Amino acid sequence: MAIDLKLVRLRKEFAGHDGGAPVVAVDDVDLAIEKGAMVTLLGPSGCGKTTLLRMIAGFEEPTSGEVWFGQRRVDRLAPNARDTAMVFQSYAIFPHLNVYENVAFGLRMQRMDKATAKRRVDEVLDLVGLTAMAHRAPSQLSGGQQQRVALARCIVLEPHVLLFDEPLSNLDAKLREQMRVEIRELQQRLGITSVYVTHDQTEAMALSDVVVVMNSGRIEQVAHPAEIYARPANRFVADFIGRANFLGGAVVDARTVEVAGRRLALSAETPIAAHTTVTLVARPEAIDLSPAGDDVGDGLPGSITRAMFLGDHAEYLVAVPGVGDVLVVRSNPSQTGMLEPGSAVVVNPGPLHALPPGV
Amino acid sequence: MRRSLQEVRLLARDPVLLVLVVVIMASLLVFVVYPLVLVLLQAFRTPDGFGLDNFELIAQRRLYRNALRNSLVVGAVVGVCSVVLGYIAAYVMTRTDAPLKRLFHNLTILPIVSPPFAGAISILFLFGFNGIITRHLLGLDNFSIYGFGGVVASQIFTFTPIAYLSLRGVLAGINPTLEDAALNVGASRSQVFWRVVFPLSLPGVASAFLVVLIESMADFGNPLVLAGAAFPMLAPQAYLEITGSFNLARGAMLAAVLLVPSVTAFAIQRYYINKRQYVTVTGKPTASTSKSVSPAAKWALFAVVALFGLIVIAFYGVILLGASTAVWGFDYSVTLRHFRYVFEVGWDTVKDTVIVAVLSTPISGVLGMLIAFLVVRRRFPGKGGMEFMSILNFAVPGTVAGIGYILAFNGPPLILTGTLAILVLNFVFRYVPVGIQSGIAVLRQIDPSIEEAAQNLGADGITTFRKVTLPLIAPAFFSGLVFGFVRAMTAISAAIFLVSANWNLMTVQILNQVGSGRLGVAAAFSVVLLLIVLAAIGIISLIVGRRAEAASTVRFG
Repeated sequence: MAIDLKLVRLRKEFAGHDGGAPVVAVDDVDLAIEKGAMVTLLGPSGCGKTTLLRMIAGFEEPTSGEVWFGQRRVDRLAPNARDTAMVFQSYAIFPHLNVYENVAFGLRMQRMDKATAKRRVDEVLDLVGLTAMAHRAPSQLSGGQQQRVALARCIVLEPHVLLFDEPLSNLDAKLREQMRVEIRELQQRLGITSVYVTHDQTEAMALSDVVVVMNSGRIEQVAHPAEIYARPANRFVADFIGRANFLGGAVVDARTVEVAGRRLALSAETPIAAHTTVTLVARPEAIDLSPAGDDVGDGLPGSITRAMFLGDHAEYLVAVPGVGDVLVVRSNPSQTGMLEPGSAVVVNPGPLHALPPGV
Repeated sequence: MRRSLQEVRLLARDPVLLVLVVVIMASLLVFVVYPLVLVLLQAFRTPDGFGLDNFELIAQRRLYRNALRNSLVVGAVVGVCSVVLGYIAAYVMTRTDAPLKRLFHNLTILPIVSPPFAGAISILFLFGFNGIITRHLLGLDNFSIYGFGGVVASQIFTFTPIAYLSLRGVLAGINPTLEDAALNVGASRSQVFWRVVFPLSLPGVASAFLVVLIESMADFGNPLVLAGAAFPMLAPQAYLEITGSFNLARGAMLAAVLLVPSVTAFAIQRYYINKRQYVTVTGKPTASTSKSVSPAAKWALFAVVALFGLIVIAFYGVILLGASTAVWGFDYSVTLRHFRYVFEVGWDTVKDTVIVAVLSTPISGVLGMLIAFLVVRRRFPGKGGMEFMSILNFAVPGTVAGIGYILAFNGPPLILTGTLAILVLNFVFRYVPVGIQSGIAVLRQIDPSIEEAAQNLGADGITTFRKVTLPLIAPAFFSGLVFGFVRAMTAISAAIFLVSANWNLMTVQILNQVGSGRLGVAAAFSVVLLLIVLAAIGIISLIVGRRAEAASTVRFG
């Protein structure tokens, strides 16, 4: 597939407070995005994801580096000359214009003739299900409807790149899930290259073809959601995406590690040399937990220090001698029953992922 | 350096905006800074170059020394009294359930919309040589209201509304739950006030005091009417030096002296105190529970507010009476003679005043909103300078600005004396800070991403301002217009230097009539002026009312 959006050593420094050292918000980021892909920038607050997005839109001037839309270099262009369309966190709907006028705003700026513009706006309003609301004022709309206006206002332009700045963070949980599905379906149907900023990993997983995990202005990993989850590139990614137990161990061979004297299997072959000390990632829900005494093979013995019932699942903290505290999640506890704190158990971590040393 | 280059490049992406910035900068330099610099140069001018000769006169001559001392003392006394009165009124309005609050609010702020020396005329009617109270009620023959007492009384009347409005904002911004919390942990009502409310409002009190101090020192009309020869004050003295003795250098020197305390007070108020305001502007009005004021305190405070309201009614009533009375003090028969004079002899002046106000108000309003937009939303080199220059006139007394305009535009390269333009330009740049302040306040409440969205959708800087920003700030724009119009109609201190036979103003006429003892005509002019202002406010609020309804329901961001 052709590369549609390319960032080359993109960097943004903000002036430090009181003449102090400049703060690096985005630190020489390289990224290439294929045409039609939905890419999320995921990271904790302050990681530079929003600054990166705003540089693509043109609201922030890069300190250095390049932004390319296809064959066109855009980093020196004003925001209104870039052919991007952005869905803002606060929606940024023009409060003095009604729904139709909001959606038509961009086309009017292009001086498109009224008839064509009307046809396009009507089509898009139909697409997002707002035809009946065309002449309402924004203040008469619910949060979800305002969200749809913001989205319609962008896709009606058929922009080169569609940008999303945490667009769902102001919605309640139910609506958020619903809008997530709608955005994904629309984006796939229209095939517009999209960049989506969020700090919500579930949203990132649900939406994207590619997840870009960012931290302190740098990209930590770029991969498909499943890949990010199963094979995090480093400790930060493993910790930030989902929950993780970190176990210390040593590589035995490409498929085996030794943890607290027991040999355990790896989820995939590791290139790391034998005898190297490594950190291993064990996802809490992948760990098998059984009462001691059952036939459990190579499991690690331990005892439960904390048990919490959480409805659809239960969380246990298990003290494992030689390893430390291990978090275990078991689903459907109302059917399988709870284990009591203090009881002796055997922990079987399942396939482990070895983090490359030194990260 | 690298940053300003980058800012210029960013701005150059939007050529219209760049041109606009350059034009605004240039006009601020010509019409704000240049006249001011000339006043300072003139003040330091001596027969052989530059020096402090003029300022030595203050040490040498009692007249100037007294003028300086009197202005400062009056300013301080009026500042304290107005703040106390304003605080009481603001407290009653925001913290109690006293009756007729709406009515008393309007009465308290009424002096703002009238000529700044209407109070002085009323005082003459009531306490002057032929005053109803002094002569007829008390039978005093040799009582003189002229001097310290008269000026202080009329200035308190004039400036209490200003203190009230600013303190009302301060008190309304202090969350009443804090008082509930203090009561809840066992504080008595007086402790709640002195330990919680008052300390929180202290920066606002200081700020209001300084604003009144600045206004009082810059005030021209009240002292000119009521100070009298034995009680010199800076602003009228500077005027007399120039128009009476044609001594520009001394007038400029007095103006420069006047400038120092004004600018100092302004700098303290703006850059020190305002950064220490505890008020949190959430835009969410919190209902007062009214439990923190005892009934006795409430009625005592309310009595003060009611008394001030009654004085306002009395003062305006007396002006109305005076305007329709044949000869005040001697012949109390009802007559329309004074009004006939206004409409026959003075009609050109009425017309001129309205023309100047109608021209300068919208220009000043649009310019103010543009500057506010540039300052809040754009980055460009010299932005701080632009903001500073454009609000400088808040601190510059009108007398100083007026003298500056004479010095600047009396000769080449730009001769404007005697024209309509000089009045309009003066008013535009004098009242532009009002528009800027309200524009900045509103813009800070509007989510910047609304404007970013417009740009993102293809609008350039000016289109964004026209299609998005301006409609959103329209209500603030129109209320800025009201204020600008009122100021333009009632201005005197700078205008008195700039009027001519061709272009005269009602305020100047009123002062002249008072000066020649024709109080009836002065009162009639005042009534007509007040009616025009009230009519304009009515018309503008009708327009705003309709627009505001559309915009106010909208959640910004």
